[in-house]
Amino acid sequence: MEQWFPKIPIADWMDAFVNWLTVNLEAAFDGVTTVLETLVEGMVAGFSYIPIYVFIILFTLLAWKVANKGIALFTLIGLFLVANLGYWEPMLETLALVLAAVFISIVLGIPMGIWASQKQTVKQIVVPILDFMQTMPAFVYLIPAIFFFNIGVVPGVVASVIFSMPPTIRLTILGIQQVPADIIEATEAFGSTTSQRLLKVQLPLAMPTIMAGINQSIMLALSMVVIASMVGAPGLGADVYRAVTQIQIGKGFEAGLAIVVIAIILDRITQNFGKRKKQGGTA
Amino acid sequence: MNNEYKIKVKNVTKIFGKSKKAIQLLSEGESKQVILKKTGATVGVSQVNFEVKAGEIFVIMGLSGSGKSTLVRLLNRLIEPTAGEVFIDGMDVVKMNKEQLRNVRRKKISMVFQKFALLPHRTILENVEYGLEVQGIPKETRKNKAMGALNLVGLEGYEHQYPQQLSGGMQQRVGLARALANDSDILLMDEAFSALDPLIRKDMQDELLDLQSTMQKTIVFITHDLDEALRIGDRIALMKDGVIVQIGTPEEILMNPSNDYVERFVEDVDLSKVLTAGHVMKRAEAVSVDKGPRVALQMMRELGISSIYVVDKKKTLLGAITASEAKEALDRNEGLAAILQADVTTVRPDTFLTDLFEKVSTAAIPVAVVDENNRLKGILVRGAVIGALAGNNDAINHLGGMANAEVAAAQPNREVKITWNNGSQKYQ
Repeated sequence: MEQWFPKIPIADWMDAFVNWLTVNLEAAFDGVTTVLETLVEGMVAGFSYIPIYVFIILFTLLAWKVANKGIALFTLIGLFLVANLGYWEPMLETLALVLAAVFISIVLGIPMGIWASQKQTVKQIVVPILDFMQTMPAFVYLIPAIFFFNIGVVPGVVASVIFSMPPTIRLTILGIQQVPADIIEATEAFGSTTSQRLLKVQLPLAMPTIMAGINQSIMLALSMVVIASMVGAPGLGADVYRAVTQIQIGKGFEAGLAIVVIAIILDRITQNFGKRKKQGGTA
Repeated sequence: MNNEYKIKVKNVTKIFGKSKKAIQLLSEGESKQVILKKTGATVGVSQVNFEVKAGEIFVIMGLSGSGKSTLVRLLNRLIEPTAGEVFIDGMDVVKMNKEQLRNVRRKKISMVFQKFALLPHRTILENVEYGLEVQGIPKETRKNKAMGALNLVGLEGYEHQYPQQLSGGMQQRVGLARALANDSDILLMDEAFSALDPLIRKDMQDELLDLQSTMQKTIVFITHDLDEALRIGDRIALMKDGVIVQIGTPEEILMNPSNDYVERFVEDVDLSKVLTAGHVMKRAEAVSVDKGPRVALQMMRELGISSIYVVDKKKTLLGAITASEAKEALDRNEGLAAILQADVTTVRPDTFLTDLFEKVSTAAIPVAVVDENNRLKGILVRGAVIGALAGNNDAINHLGGMANAEVAAAQPNREVKITWNNGSQKYQ
């Protein structure tokens, strides 16, 4: 192959590109780092301020209100277990990291999804990028992330955002485009502007689908916590990672179990939140 | 010039797909099929012309794929016309910019959809308010208007329910109320009643006619159901393959189908639900009340009939007399007023045949057709009614406007002589 066609130096280009970014956009990256660090640390500090039993009760009540008794009971027992095993502080760090990543996914993802749903060209550009974001192995962009954001929680958040944002965007596009054509036609026939159509009709009707996307984003962000710990993000992931490197099977299992508990609680609560929205129409 | 017409459609064409070559071929008179083969473009609506008068129910009828739903969407540009002009109140909608078009949609044209197209996440009231809401009308005003519209369609009390909680018929009432709430002059109804079951459909048709008699909207009504078209249409346009094949009153379409297609379309129609007393009545011979019994007897003898209606100078129906009664009156030297029987069966000219069979079959003398002022317009003879039902064109009066006896009188070849005793007729 090399005989008749020289190797395309993609690796060299990428190195040069990352170097260029590191040098030229340093101020911007520093800004992002400061903001994200403050956000996550602020959240952890806030969560830690709440006494454990109050926190557990609040979450249980939330689960009860949004979902049902069973899930409330699971939340109660699960969080108690996490506290009992001594993973409360790492759990809060993980929660903060996940929530920060999901918050950014929503803030960037939903407007992007709306835009892509309105303009076919935007959609045609965005969708391949989403494929890229979801399939490119996370380790690959963790390396440059360290260059840009140093070691710690910030590259972890960034990696989680990259990995978890696509479902929010995809399902926002899907939800809006799934609104039946005859309803869109009716809103047009009564002289709606584009923003009226979007705000009064498309977004409310797309809400259950968008919520499903957010739910998926949360789950994907959680699945990134172990990987994020490799670049120094604190939390349950770090405990799992440490257990793996030191071959502590029992400790690894405990930390893993804590992640599972958090994942199930967040999943059920957000899932039911989406369903509740859906039922809002028929209630 | 356009003022007498609310909507005027000139040479409107819609081609789906590559339109340039297709338009060229269309103007050369190529058919839809040939154009599809040559260019891959589908002709949805082809060079259509029609006008709709203010206050008229204009029905566009055709089978599915005939382009009728496309055509109605060209009127408010839910589908962009490829060529042609659509004038609403003399303004060409096709040339309007987005802002102007939006205003026309908000203020002048409302639409009712086949599948209701209600917003599932909003209550009935919020659905009806939608058209007003997008105009930025204050909450109180739009609520009042929406409640008014809901009352019109008989849905008061349902305003806080959601669309899924209502039956199909009720949902479409909401659709209708939503269109009415805007106070627009023009109502586009795209197969509005097609998704409803037959009984509800008939109710809705009646209700629409009822509302129309007070509101006088200009309605463009799309349907594939001929009975529906004949029932509610002031005029009907029949479409086939994107072309209007015939435009006319229900009666014109039925009685003078312009080609085989229309004829096949209308051959199964139940004429008794289309034809009215005005269509089948015959010229009434009547004697004026100030004339004496002698004149009445003379007329009966000349006409070969045994009784006759009595009217006053304004042709107001007073009653009937028989030959024997007239004779007795003559002997006793009494006037007609003293002997006439005031108790006679009457019907209005717009009564459908289906509703007057019983009266005609049980009456001893031909049933009188009178207008709202009780003026005698004609009489119903059994033979003529049956002849009309059999599709006998000669038995039907082709009436432009309101039926009247003079029309029949102007066609002496159709005049009939009547012997009342056996109810049969003899042609002169």
